Amino acid sequence: MPVDTQVPAGQKMAAPPSARQALTRRRTLGLFTLLAALGLLLLTSLAHGSNSLSYSQVWTGLWVRDTTEASLIVWELRIPRTVVGVIVGACFGVAGALIQALTRNPLADPGILGVNAGAGFAVTLGVGFFGLTGITGYIWFAFLGAAAATLLVYVIGSAGRGIISPVTLVLAGVALGAVLNGFSTFLTLIDPDTFRSIRNWGLGSIARTDLADTLSVLPLLLTGLAIAVCLSGSLNSVTLGDDLAASLGTKIMRTRVLGIIAVTLLAGGATALTGGIAFVGLMVPHIVRWFVGPDQRWIILCSALAAPVLVLAADILGRVIARPGEVEVGILTAIVGAPVLIALVRHRKASGL
Amino acid sequence: MSTRTAPRPGCDVDFGYSVLRPRTPWWSARIPVRLVCLALLLGAAAVLMGLLAITLGDYPLTLGEVFTTLTGAGEDFHRMIVLDWRAPVAAAAVVFGALLGIGGAIFQSLTRNPLGSPDIIGFDAGAYFAVVITILVLGSGGYWSVATAALAGGLLTACAVYLLAYRRGIQGFRLIVVGIGVSAMLGSANAYLITRAEIDDAMTVGFWGAGTITRVTWTGMVPAAALGCAIILAATALARSLRQLELGDDAATTQGIAVNSARLGLIVTGVATTALVTAAAGPIGFIALVAPQLARRITRSAGVSMFSAAMMGALLLTAAHLLSLAVAQVYRPVPVGLITVCLGGIYLIWLLMREARRHNGVMP
Repeated sequence: MPVDTQVPAGQKMAAPPSARQALTRRRTLGLFTLLAALGLLLLTSLAHGSNSLSYSQVWTGLWVRDTTEASLIVWELRIPRTVVGVIVGACFGVAGALIQALTRNPLADPGILGVNAGAGFAVTLGVGFFGLTGITGYIWFAFLGAAAATLLVYVIGSAGRGIISPVTLVLAGVALGAVLNGFSTFLTLIDPDTFRSIRNWGLGSIARTDLADTLSVLPLLLTGLAIAVCLSGSLNSVTLGDDLAASLGTKIMRTRVLGIIAVTLLAGGATALTGGIAFVGLMVPHIVRWFVGPDQRWIILCSALAAPVLVLAADILGRVIARPGEVEVGILTAIVGAPVLIALVRHRKASGL
Repeated sequence: MSTRTAPRPGCDVDFGYSVLRPRTPWWSARIPVRLVCLALLLGAAAVLMGLLAITLGDYPLTLGEVFTTLTGAGEDFHRMIVLDWRAPVAAAAVVFGALLGIGGAIFQSLTRNPLGSPDIIGFDAGAYFAVVITILVLGSGGYWSVATAALAGGLLTACAVYLLAYRRGIQGFRLIVVGIGVSAMLGSANAYLITRAEIDDAMTVGFWGAGTITRVTWTGMVPAAALGCAIILAATALARSLRQLELGDDAATTQGIAVNSARLGLIVTGVATTALVTAAAGPIGFIALVAPQLARRITRSAGVSMFSAAMMGALLLTAAHLLSLAVAQVYRPVPVGLITVCLGGIYLIWLLMREARRHNGVMP
């Protein structure tokens, strides 16, 4: 890996050669650890589930695709949810990294910022008034709702000029989420049928989504990922502050607009597929920053690998701890992620509103 | 007793607004005229709204019929509707609204932050979680068990949030974000339990969680009102300490306030207001957040005042109650908590946008 292109300009001058080598070593090591963990979890995700098949059954089921129970379980249930887990995990991770860099806000996360609530509200509307049924029908409503919520929170949070205070953005998201959840609750409480069909949706699960639905959203997600990768260089200068970024030749407005489009596509699409998995986008960039440092290109790349690791691990855990039932992945990430949020505000030098 | 409105040089401070100063050998007071008049006006409006709310329902009454029934005359059927069914609900709207306003004023003043209200810092989520456990896991849905659970859950969560946010003192920002984190965690645990429950139980919990006062009866309302009066008395006794604490701990100490015990007393009172309301009616969001700030803007006072916040809270909750009854006339019954959440959330968004703009104005 060529060292010179990986280190941003500011850092190159500060870091002596030995420190640079150590950083490169840490990054490479981290990257390979992530890849290894992802590979291991992919296999574990195929091997373990609420139905306890033996490894040999899974192995034959994987290679001989027939109508035996093992083969059906592996091909119809475990492979789709593993694929979905990897895809949406990468999307949430990159969306989190992007929005944290764009808003220069360590507390930003699509779930906390009301995207889930927006998707949930749109789906509730769809079920209550347009008679939607099934995940396939929900997807586009959820996507529109999530996208609208993302834009709205950003507009609210950036009502003033310049950088948005971290708390203002979080609170804007929470307030918007409360309002939208209020409307959704009303619509579900007046109609038991809507309540019944909707109550499982917003939990954040990768088990219900089938591959055809994933495929229909995939172009949007890939566009989002591509924009994120292209932007990662300019994000490095945006994190230095608008003035400095402009003097370094970055087109700030273009970076911001494209960044928000990417976040909307990624968070909206992934939320549409799963019902929203909160806190992944919050936690992963922080964990990744421990070993890759502040370079956004590395953060985005490693977030795209680390987030699927987290999602798959939570999903596998959820299948194992509540046999014969399951705990949705979104619940586990919230229970792990909320303490991370609390730890973050305890350790940061906080600013008042 | 002598009253003056004009300040006397060398003796009084000119506060910039008219003040009544009754003085006797035994007691003296400083009554800001504008604040007290407006607060009383708000209270009167709240009572009027409450009376209007009594007229609305499946069997509509006129305001005159309500008056005659309340004064002791009228038909037996009207007496049952007004006194047994609708009056406790209207009374609940006024009393609970006032209590929420007081709780919000205490917390906003203590955290010195317009966002530091009990519902934002995780109290409601804790109460809701305890009620979900009680109804769905332990299977007991009676009034007293639900009320006890809500109380215990709310208090425990408030303590947990406070301790988690404590790091060489409490800071408003940290308290709020910790509250959001704890709420998110409890919320997802709730969601998990609700999806596993029978649909009827789940809807019962859902209705409770939306916050509704329509099922309040005198059996529930009498103890709640008695406790509420005790809380209001405690709050009145502590009001002076609250104002002094706003000056900062050092200044308050020099004014003769026992800072730590005063703060503890205020926190207990503030939590008790929310706990009482949540136990009786479910989580009614955003009144505690909005009332003190709206009251402060209308009365143009320097800080939040408990009295005007209480009156504003009563007005807001009765107005929301009236609105929910009006919606029920044309559409379907809406829990009053949903109305306060929707309107309050929009207010919060507006508040944030304004703060952001002002912040940037100061530091371009």
